[in-house]
Amino acid sequence: MLRAQGRAVHQCDSGWVPVFVDQEQSISLMSVGFLLESPDEAVVWRGPKKNALIKQFVADVAWGQLDYLVVDTPPGTSDEHMAAVEALRPYSPLGALVVTTPQAVSVGDVRRELTFCRKTGLQVVGVVENMSGFVCPHCAECTNVFSRGGGEVLASLAGVPFLGSVPLDPELTRSLEEGQDFIRDFPKSPAFPALFSIAQKVMSEAPARLS
Amino acid sequence: MEEVPQGCPGTGSAQAGRGASCQGCPNQRLCASGAGAAPDPAIEEIKEKMKTVKHKILVLSGKGGVGKSTFSAHLAHGLAEDENTQVALLDIDICGPSIPKIMGLEGEQVHQSGSGWSPVFVEDNLGVMSVGFLLSSPDDAVIWRGPKKNGMIKQFLRDVDWGEVDYLIVDTPPGTSDEHLSAVQYLSAAHIDGAVIITTPQEVSLQDVRKEINFCHKVKLPIIGVVENMSVFICPKCKKETQIFPPTTGGAEVMCQDLKIPLLGKVPLDPHIGKSCDKGQSFLMDAPDSPATFAYRSIIQRIQEFCGHHPPKEEHFLSS
Repeated sequence: MLRAQGRAVHQCDSGWVPVFVDQEQSISLMSVGFLLESPDEAVVWRGPKKNALIKQFVADVAWGQLDYLVVDTPPGTSDEHMAAVEALRPYSPLGALVVTTPQAVSVGDVRRELTFCRKTGLQVVGVVENMSGFVCPHCAECTNVFSRGGGEVLASLAGVPFLGSVPLDPELTRSLEEGQDFIRDFPKSPAFPALFSIAQKVMSEAPARLS
Repeated sequence: MEEVPQGCPGTGSAQAGRGASCQGCPNQRLCASGAGAAPDPAIEEIKEKMKTVKHKILVLSGKGGVGKSTFSAHLAHGLAEDENTQVALLDIDICGPSIPKIMGLEGEQVHQSGSGWSPVFVEDNLGVMSVGFLLSSPDDAVIWRGPKKNGMIKQFLRDVDWGEVDYLIVDTPPGTSDEHLSAVQYLSAAHIDGAVIITTPQEVSLQDVRKEINFCHKVKLPIIGVVENMSVFICPKCKKETQIFPPTTGGAEVMCQDLKIPLLGKVPLDPHIGKSCDKGQSFLMDAPDSPATFAYRSIIQRIQEFCGHHPPKEEHFLSS
């Protein structure tokens, strides 16, 4: 999604060198994807092996000076999530952004994620509702493709801030596929103000919430 | 089995109990004695249990959020519309068990009988099992590592009294990890008809599906075919089509042609699907005239045809 497929990971004295995805070197990335021989290679690992790699990603990558380390996780409340929390806890501050879609089935799962956060002492920065409505490009009718309301329900159930809703935008998915810079190329997209506002909230709330 | 140490060589490996990382592990003596290398007796027990189950179908996806559980639920509903067909739906997404909600069974509990755990019945001919039924609150999180999840899956396959079943559908979490390996391993002496793999049209999803397909090849799991979900959106107002998830590399159709795997069908995005799932109702009943319903029914028929043409026989899959 960040135009970094096929790049290699190198070693330096302080560890693995993360892959920079932009010219200005403001965003670096580490992923198991860089360690695979081919993009179709399946990573068929049980928990302990996944845990070991996650610990390495935290401890053995030469991240350098960072303002934000964003950790993308798979769905669930299992090995990867426990490994990430354990590996990152010594390096506080640490918080969670919880993402849901609007429908009740999604809320039903994601509320368990909030319990995970509570049980592991992970502060929740807020809830984001993704895929929130679609504006038809032909007639401008907004349809709630994946139902509605889930994000706010979840935030109020857990007593955490609701950071905002991101609408469905085919241009967003297309630009992720083609490795484009969505924010640069589609500033007029309905998703852009939503994403921008959420980022602003995270940046302003995070230091206060996490200290 | 308790927590495994980092660097665990695996209980079945030649180094089991003997490696450097085995020091201090509570299972070290057990592994060193060779007990871990013996096949799990549960595999034979599950083979016996599965003798009353004619067809077993795994529903897989590489990615989360592509509609796998929605599909599994509606495959079950569709098959069970014939009251002479006995259908069982097993949800092995231990951390995110959405099947109870989608099937309208939230809050139901599992009962024990002399012959094992009883599935929860939606209809007389449609029984469901999920870890969701074992949780007392909708907020309960199942924060388990791999070995404990595997134990649960073993119990589901061995201890649930499924009875005489025509189709057992196994809904899985996304990915290629513990749950998938365990399901294939524990069913290795029974016969799995095959896997149905769900995707959405975009390359980011297909990339993960290709990994899923490689997983199936690796564990010798036949592939029934691929379903492309959220294929196209039809605006309820102007009826024009839009591709919300653009198939930038040709979608599942091109991928299936390249890999010579059947494309079972494409399901359009219908906002009523989500609503039916939220209400725990069958979308096929709620919206019988939707193009999505026609797509589902055609896909279900193709799956039945596959199972009919590939009768169960003795086959041993590669265990992990």
